[in-house]
Amino acid sequence: MNALTVHAPVLLVAVPLLGAFATPLVGRFGRSARNVFVGSVILFTGALAGLMAAHVFGLGEPLVYVLGGADGFGVPLPSGMQVPVRILFEVDAMSAFMALITALVALAGTWYSFSYWRERSGGDLYHSLLLLLTAGIFGMELTGDMFNFFVFLEVTSIAACGLIGFRVWLKHSQEAGFKVMALYTLSGILVLLAVGLLYGEHGGLNIAYLASRVGGSLVDRIALGLLLTGLAMKAGAVPLHMWAPDAYGEAPAPTSAVLVANSQASLYGLFRILFTLYGATVSVGALGWILIAFALLTIAVGVTMALVQRDIKRLIAYSAVSQIGYMLLGVGVGLAVSVARPEFGRTAMHGGIFHMLNDAACIGLLFLASGAVIRASGTRDLNKMGGLAHRMGWTTGFFLIGALALAGVPPLNGFASKFLIYESSFRLSPILAVIAILASIMLLAVFVKVFQAAFLGPPPDGVTETPTGMLVPMAVLAVAVVLLGLFPGFFIDRLVAPAADALWSGRDIYIRAILGG
Amino acid sequence: MNGISSGFGAWNPIAWVLLFAGVFAIAALVRSLGRVDSKRNTGQSKVFLSGNDEPADLRGLHVRGDHLYWGMVEGLAGYYRRVRALHTGVITDYVAWFVGVLGLVFVILALVR
Amino acid sequence: MNVGNVPFVVAALLVVLGLYTFLFKRNLIKLVIGISLIETGVNLFLVALGYRTAGIAPIYTLAPAGRMVLPTPQALTLTSIVIGLATTALLLSFAVFVYRHYGTLDAGKIKELQG
Repeated sequence: MNALTVHAPVLLVAVPLLGAFATPLVGRFGRSARNVFVGSVILFTGALAGLMAAHVFGLGEPLVYVLGGADGFGVPLPSGMQVPVRILFEVDAMSAFMALITALVALAGTWYSFSYWRERSGGDLYHSLLLLLTAGIFGMELTGDMFNFFVFLEVTSIAACGLIGFRVWLKHSQEAGFKVMALYTLSGILVLLAVGLLYGEHGGLNIAYLASRVGGSLVDRIALGLLLTGLAMKAGAVPLHMWAPDAYGEAPAPTSAVLVANSQASLYGLFRILFTLYGATVSVGALGWILIAFALLTIAVGVTMALVQRDIKRLIAYSAVSQIGYMLLGVGVGLAVSVARPEFGRTAMHGGIFHMLNDAACIGLLFLASGAVIRASGTRDLNKMGGLAHRMGWTTGFFLIGALALAGVPPLNGFASKFLIYESSFRLSPILAVIAILASIMLLAVFVKVFQAAFLGPPPDGVTETPTGMLVPMAVLAVAVVLLGLFPGFFIDRLVAPAADALWSGRDIYIRAILGG
Repeated sequence: MNGISSGFGAWNPIAWVLLFAGVFAIAALVRSLGRVDSKRNTGQSKVFLSGNDEPADLRGLHVRGDHLYWGMVEGLAGYYRRVRALHTGVITDYVAWFVGVLGLVFVILALVR
Repeated sequence: MNVGNVPFVVAALLVVLGLYTFLFKRNLIKLVIGISLIETGVNLFLVALGYRTAGIAPIYTLAPAGRMVLPTPQALTLTSIVIGLATTALLLSFAVFVYRHYGTLDAGKIKELQG
């Protein structure tokens, strides 16, 4: 167990990667063999993520993993200075928290896709891409090196776009695949340009090394601007969000859940760069208010555009976009006051980070439920479906739980994190809390619309309950939603507070873990 | 016990659930004091439509998707007309937004301390 | 010989040209070429970062005395070229499928997913 825990950071990337490339081979032996193989890979990965998280939370400081070196990680130059040159994974509480979220969503999505692909062929390559996407997301969250972050960013871009355009017989999925790939590639290249600028300016690629050297010079600011915009675009902030409804809407239902984890990993990268890499070297007031401006636009535009959508998956996609705004709001408020350090800044961070976990569970649940709805009614148009609640009681219940939780109805989990965000952003400026609350109410209206259109009404013919293989992952996520809602204090103290504090006040510990005292 | 507290207030979901359970208990108590002679699936549970009969085919009555919030969308028609027009769907417009926001962020970062 | 800042200027020019192509051209293939130009510009920038005046290749075996150029940017550039290959291949295959479905490669007409 100890060896597994020590090597967990790299195994979390290596095991899904190996599984991804082995899946087409195993798939030769039949569908059950492939399902068992992929299922065991993802279960092992999930268990590893839990093990690593327990270890890191107990450790209290970042866990550093050196790829390829047991004898320290500095190469002495002739002048005697040591420069960290190896690729290092640095897992602090925030990275472990994100790994937990990814593991939960990947488990649910993969399990769901087993029965989703029962009636179709081609599932081998689909599961291979899904494992590749999972490996890339874990890599983005665990790495401590900027160029490695870029590489995993591109891996997730390629895997995600492969999954979005997987069903090549559908016209819209190809259009969505091209658009999303073009935008992801553009943001990836600009992130690489920023990494190159930082390397040229400071001579290293390691995040802790750069953090100890970065200042407010012109080159640093150009790099910051490129990284901020590139990663905000990948996360889905308005007005850079227009790829998100295409991506989430055209991907197969279980993929959309994992794509949300992808966006959250980019959001994590943004937070890591803003809090740990740049710290307080560039004016945190300006950076915080840039994030808050993004957040307000995202919240408002996301939820209002969701109200007028006709396609159920695009509607849930727009609400996913709007929830990213809540995370940006919470963390933006925290960043804006992170020099003066009032207590409400810490509360805002807790709210924003907790909302990442809540949103992943709720949106995952909603996308899986929408997959079930589309399968039962045969259409994605909200104007053509109806009456599914009569025979699909379980699906209705799970959809209701996910929708109410996301809209922030007590006692579910969305309310807990939104409560923290409202109360702390109110202290910074009342307008923020007002817009956030109004958007929550409008989100409830959006989900009433979906519920009314899809589930209420006279029953159609020939509708049966969703297969159990699709119901169980929904049940797992619904149980997670309810538990997170009923015991928020427990989860905040154990999971969210260490993660948020690692960003809020853990910059020096992060740097010290690699560069020493 | 496991509640969370922000600077202003506190939230304890267990207390909330217990409160609602208490309210439901009172409601169940009141309900049990009512009449016991009403039956389901008889004429007592028929919908009252001002004396008319229920239509044979209920499918036409279902208020679907877009029609549910028609009034609200109409009220925000000006906003929606402009914002929906901005979501053109053309990839080059998406990149134009990206470059625009990038320029704005550069300007802001150049001006602050 | 001293190249001064010429490689950086050329790299910036390539990036700007690529962005211009990506912004103002309508054919999907031209958009992919624009992305490829931006990638080339960034790769040139990375290689130029490592150059040291009158430096030799960073190989230790039988190396003559003298300054070496930095090897790390060369590794970064190789990785970036390979990633660029993969993304360009994926983009072009999507363009092929889009053409099969829509019958056109005009980005202004491929906008059914809007609103």
